[in-house]
Amino acid sequence: MSPVASNPPQPGSTDPSVIRNFCIVAHIDHGKSTLADRMLQNTNVVASRDMQNQFLDSMDIERERGITIKSQAVRMPWQVDGQDYILNMIDTPGHVDFAYEVSRSLAACEGAILLVDAAQGIEAQTLANLYMAMEHDLEIIPVLNKIDLPAADPERYALEISNLIGVDPDDVLKVSGKTGEGVEALLDRVVSVVPAPSGTVDAPARAMIFDSIYDTYRGVITYVRMVDGKLSPREGIRMMATGAEYELQETGVYSPDAIPGKGLGVGEVGYLITGVKDVSESKVGDTVTTKNHPAEEAIGGYSEPQPMVFSGLYPIDGSDYPALREALEKLQLNDAALSYEPETSVALGFGFRVGFLGLLHLEIVRERLEREYNLDLISTAPNVIYNVTTEDGTVVRVTNPSEFPEGKIMEVEEPMAMATIIVPSEFIGAVMELSQSKRGQLDGMDYLSEERVEIRYWIPLAEIVFDYFDLLKSRTKGYASLNWQRDGSQVADLVKVDILLQGDTVDAFSAITHRDHAYSYGVKMTSKLKELIPRQQFEVPIQAAIGSRIIARENIRAIRKDVLSKCYGGDISRKRKLLEKQKEGKKRMKMVGTVEVPQEAFIAALSTDTDSK
Amino acid sequence: MLPEFVAPAVNGTDRTFSLYVHVPFCVSRCGYCDFNTYISPDLGPGASHESYADTAIKELEFAAEALEQSGVDPKPLHSVFYGGGTPTLLAAHDLNRILQRARELFGIAPGAEITTEANPDSLSFEAVGLLAEGGFNRISMGMQSSVSHVLQVLERTHNPDNVSAAAQWIRDASLDLSLDLIFGTPGESVADWHRSLDAVLEVRPDHVSAYGLIVEAGTKLAAQIRRGVYPNTDPDDQADKYLATEERLAAAGYRWYEISNWAYDPHHQGIHRSQHNLAYWRDQDWWGIGPGAHSHMAGVRWWNAKHPAAYASRVLDNISPAIGREVPDDEARLLEKIMLGVRLSEGLEVSVLRSQPEPDAQIALAETRRLADQGLIEPAALEDGRIVPTLKGRLLDDAITRQLAGF
Ligand SMILES: Nc1nc2c(ncn2[C@@H]2O[C@H](COP(=O)(O)OP(=O)(O)O)[C@@H](O)[C@H]2O)c(=O)[nH]1
Ligand SMILES: C[S@@+](CC[C@H](N)C(=O)[O-])C[C@H]1O[C@@H](n2cnc3c(N)ncnc32)[C@H](O)[C@@H]1O
Ligand code: SF4
Ligand SMILES: [Mg+2]
Repeated sequence: MSPVASNPPQPGSTDPSVIRNFCIVAHIDHGKSTLADRMLQNTNVVASRDMQNQFLDSMDIERERGITIKSQAVRMPWQVDGQDYILNMIDTPGHVDFAYEVSRSLAACEGAILLVDAAQGIEAQTLANLYMAMEHDLEIIPVLNKIDLPAADPERYALEISNLIGVDPDDVLKVSGKTGEGVEALLDRVVSVVPAPSGTVDAPARAMIFDSIYDTYRGVITYVRMVDGKLSPREGIRMMATGAEYELQETGVYSPDAIPGKGLGVGEVGYLITGVKDVSESKVGDTVTTKNHPAEEAIGGYSEPQPMVFSGLYPIDGSDYPALREALEKLQLNDAALSYEPETSVALGFGFRVGFLGLLHLEIVRERLEREYNLDLISTAPNVIYNVTTEDGTVVRVTNPSEFPEGKIMEVEEPMAMATIIVPSEFIGAVMELSQSKRGQLDGMDYLSEERVEIRYWIPLAEIVFDYFDLLKSRTKGYASLNWQRDGSQVADLVKVDILLQGDTVDAFSAITHRDHAYSYGVKMTSKLKELIPRQQFEVPIQAAIGSRIIARENIRAIRKDVLSKCYGGDISRKRKLLEKQKEGKKRMKMVGTVEVPQEAFIAALSTDTDSK
Repeated sequence: MLPEFVAPAVNGTDRTFSLYVHVPFCVSRCGYCDFNTYISPDLGPGASHESYADTAIKELEFAAEALEQSGVDPKPLHSVFYGGGTPTLLAAHDLNRILQRARELFGIAPGAEITTEANPDSLSFEAVGLLAEGGFNRISMGMQSSVSHVLQVLERTHNPDNVSAAAQWIRDASLDLSLDLIFGTPGESVADWHRSLDAVLEVRPDHVSAYGLIVEAGTKLAAQIRRGVYPNTDPDDQADKYLATEERLAAAGYRWYEISNWAYDPHHQGIHRSQHNLAYWRDQDWWGIGPGAHSHMAGVRWWNAKHPAAYASRVLDNISPAIGREVPDDEARLLEKIMLGVRLSEGLEVSVLRSQPEPDAQIALAETRRLADQGLIEPAALEDGRIVPTLKGRLLDDAITRQLAGF
């Protein structure tokens, strides 16, 4: 018996009843990419000899970090009992920063494989995505992976899963993406339990965009899940949220390479090429319909990406500013969630205030700018959005500490998040202590099993964005996993702390913190800067202040000796070259008032080194 | 061969011509030292204690020929300096032979200063006598400190008591004596440094060089500091000790004429300054003999192969031992002139700054006034067209250079 489909149905004319759309929900490193690779092989979509590991993770950064940033979809034929089926596997991003993208990928599916490492158990982000999948009414297929590992404990974790989703522990499939064991059975299970897509064949076309990717050669490639009707090449289409209209140049599916076809029909998953030039014109969650027979109602669930974390990005070499702008423009072609506007800093010069979905998003963007565009950047400490009400009742939206209004403040509202932490129960104390010190309020606690517990805290987003996750990891010996979601806001006693060099505010170092933490921030920054800024010819006071009140101070004493002398014989060049090196070094200095501050000092002072106190 | 522009820039001008002879041997390597020196007495053909003098003589002959072929008129030597390493590890007879050959090839100007460096325990009464007979008139001795725990950190092998004995021999032979000192060694207290100064003043040399210890990359000392065996040097400590040095030496009749150099000159006659070192600071010409030695003629700098064996094999094969050359451009030359001039009590001529194109000249002139306001250079000297660092400015001399050079 060969389960590989011999003469699979063609795109555009596939009977919805043989289509199965599913995704894999898994924590980083639990083996999603490996399992996907195995499925591609078992279905003969990729011949074994062409198999490159982690076929679906295409970007370097994704491969290195082992995370999926962008989702993709592959069409795989599979035969069960002589019947040909089409399995569309939609790869979902695995990180909280991309929760909206995850939700759109889930909305494109009828089923989800819950993939859990049989030696680790479920983690917080998986749990969050699992709940999201359940909210979307997806059929969940629980799977324990890596059963070949000696440390695997499938019985124990099957029990944990069965407690979570209420299935019989015996119904939890056990596979190994590495050896391939159980993978065919899993494919069969997808066919038998994932519902076929329902949709109306002769209704006006509606397709949901679950991803769009910028390709240098082809422009934007839009990934869609057909809900109703059919889309064919050369047809006029309309994006329902933006109203933009295009001509459909090509439709097709990935299997695994792009295969252009005659169209996409109900329930199918594939791509559209429209000549759209940047991904913001083809927005995730939007509905594609036809110009001639437009649908009345869009598929629900669309929303604009909301940046939650902001950071200033500045080129170390000021002359790279235009290059940075160009690079951001290019990245935006491929990242609709990225927003930015020009900003100037007294200390750092010209740069951009960039909005991100979260810290990972920030890191990825920064890394791509540095790596793919060869830019050396300074990024300021990330911050969230505050609503500050001044005495006369005006509300100021603050995305940058420098926008914090001067003078008397009525109240400051900060965004909150619901954080879910999963840890072995021995760390409950540590998690609670940390979360409380970060102004979190306990929302609830549930035992997943005897040893593992899920703890929920309502906690300021600013704290999460700052160093909460790093501290959580270090205090739980790396065992904790964290997920968070934006969840309302609260009024808090927040103040802006300024750092002054020789009486001048260094805008890049200003921070908005809770009053109780202002002092420690001030002490930390002033003492850090004292170490980082070289002595000048005059004394340089470093102060931390709330308004005009000084809360911490340090002094950089004037330099008294700045001369090297030794008998170099006649080697004058050596001494000259030392000076020339200093001259080069000078170029990396920024003047703050009359104080010379090396770039390195900015970078080091702004890096949130969590010396896990 | 030298570039064509050198001969006209040298001939018939008052540029002086000096000779440096490098001797790349030591008995052991001091922990702080990154000089081009080796403890093996035999590094190969032409590079052993015994054979080195002949190699050096051969390079001298090559130098004379090269100058002649480049059209540079012979000039008697304004000064000769043997440095190291430890030149006195070679037989006095060998040092004299090299000097004699230089005398034959170039001539030696009347009153020329002829110095050799020496380590206190590489000298003997007889050797000093022989060197005096050979024509040396000055010995520069590496004393560094008189405090034994400091000498230990520096890994100096000499016994502090040897210094005064050697000084006596030098005196007896009517040679001038200079002592080299290092301050700011890890573990050296201010009181320790005063003890070293006491010892110096007791010997009362004609000249003192005092250097703040530099922790050079790659030295044993650098590794020890990195590993925490010793604390790092402290610039404030070095500043204090420098000020103490100036105070003690000045009170005893010594006058600074370069940041690290003081001449015994109680009546301000300008005597006892090292003519050879001044030739470097004044941007004069010199030929450097020996491995790694640097030479300079009218803006052209070149240097020899660094390893003695590589150096010797080239010389013995009749190939120039020079392996690198640079002709610093105008900007680099200006930087050199500034950095050399502002180290001296005679100072840098303001005209040097004026000679650059505008607006740089105006900017540099404005900087001179700023430096005077900052108390880093002498206002009176500036009036006279010279830039002379004040005591505070001497400690911040590199900053003066940077400011004048516009960075
Ligand atoms: N032993 C074993 N290792 C596996 C298995 N599946 C994945 N891995 C390994 O687990 C790590 C993470 O796998 P990967 O597929 O990249 O996980 P992803 O982050 O979920 O995509 C890699 O080192 C894989 O080689 C498995 O079934 N057995
Ligand atoms: C060419 S060196 C050595 C001469 C001789 N071999 C000796 O050590 O006495 C001349 C002088 O430079 C100084 N010197 C050497 N290394 C130094 C360092 N790392 N820092 C400061 N001064 C140094 C010492 O005072 C030394 O006497
Ligand atoms: S004696 Fe002088 S040259 Fe030799 S190793 Fe010591 S400091 Fe260096
Ligand atoms: Mg992966």
